[in-house]
Amino acid sequence: MSTVEHLDRKPLGRAELAAVVARDIPRGAFVNLGIGQPTTVADHLPADSGVTLHTENGMLGMGPAAEGDEIDPDLINAGKQPVTELPGAAYFHHADSFAMMRGGHLDVCVLGAYQVSQRGDLANWHTGAPGAIPAVGGAMDLAIGAKQVFVMMTLFTKDGTPKLVPECTYPLTGLACVSRLYTDLAVFHLGPDGVKVAETYGIGFDELAARLEVPITRA
Amino acid sequence: MTTLHTDPDEALAGVQDGSTVLIGGFGMAGMPVTLIDALIRQGAKDLTVVSNNAGNGDTGLAALLAAGRVRKMICSFPRQSDSWVFDGLYRAGEIELELVPQGTLAERMRAAGAGIGAFYCPTGVGTPLAEGKETRTIDGREYVLEYPIKGDVALISAHAGDRLGNLVYRKTARNFGPVMATAATLTIAQVRHVAEAGELDPEAVVTPGIYVDRILDLKAEEAA
Repeated sequence: MSTVEHLDRKPLGRAELAAVVARDIPRGAFVNLGIGQPTTVADHLPADSGVTLHTENGMLGMGPAAEGDEIDPDLINAGKQPVTELPGAAYFHHADSFAMMRGGHLDVCVLGAYQVSQRGDLANWHTGAPGAIPAVGGAMDLAIGAKQVFVMMTLFTKDGTPKLVPECTYPLTGLACVSRLYTDLAVFHLGPDGVKVAETYGIGFDELAARLEVPITRA
Repeated sequence: MTTLHTDPDEALAGVQDGSTVLIGGFGMAGMPVTLIDALIRQGAKDLTVVSNNAGNGDTGLAALLAAGRVRKMICSFPRQSDSWVFDGLYRAGEIELELVPQGTLAERMRAAGAGIGAFYCPTGVGTPLAEGKETRTIDGREYVLEYPIKGDVALISAHAGDRLGNLVYRKTARNFGPVMATAATLTIAQVRHVAEAGELDPEAVVTPGIYVDRILDLKAEEAA
């Protein structure tokens, strides 16, 4: 294997990034999609994917967003948006829902992040800024519980600072837990062998290496 | 023995100042709003409230916070688009916050209800939420020691309950209800439907009546 460089194109847009994440979710997997952008990955799973979606508030077999008459205040997702149930769905209480995570029964979770370190440390729950109200929800449980943790984010902040960093400066969510990092410019595989670049979008490997402060190698 | 009530104020009687109150719900799903409103009228103060969120809008838990009855919140996700009541109290230093990862919050209450003295949990290891806590390495993995959260009172919402206190829930409104019901000295459930003994399928009962002290019949309350 080596890095696939998609040079003759722009960086991935948000929907394209969600489609790339969806492409890499194994058939038949049990998957938790975090609130916000990760939720949109569901829109790109093929109809025959066999993927079962878990929502932390107590459901397996979650369907798409509810609309019109489908809206039921008793049936919401982790983002508290009304959703639907698919045939074969199951409901359970919160302790069971998180036992499912912590016990390693979920194959993949997809989360957003402020920062990911080269060792796979994740920071995604708190900026630590004065006056910011900390809120963690299920982020720490997912980070240590799912067999694979995928993160999707932009690779740089608006002012050009890398979010893939040697050491996280934001408060941590979990240690060495991220296995794959999906960004607008590149897909990274993280692990004991360091940061490997699987794909680039609208940028070459060498330019990417020059813009980052962490050592990267070709996958 | 479970008692059936049609008056929310009667269902809430006896809650003491300084109590720890477990309040079910995730967002508004499963939120026992009628019981919370009764708690506001009842007047107990200096409360520690355990709930996943810290109130939405200006009703329910947010109204209890706004009334100045809560000394401390134990929750996982206080910050929401409509959590302005909590946000204001927190920034003004008028409320204490213990932030707990969501699964650890549920498991700490499960432990209280199940008679577990403490448990080693992998969630939060190496993060600010584990600072100052005992840790232990088991089979090469690090864990944090977590203690139970026991409630004096649990306020929960269920879909239906029978006169013996057996409860069934509906869809994701189940959330914290079954766990909180086990973890409090006094468990009060508001239900949409009251069933006679034998009407609920025993195989489908989620919370057995042994955990439930009082049931508030919302239909009778609405009719009154």
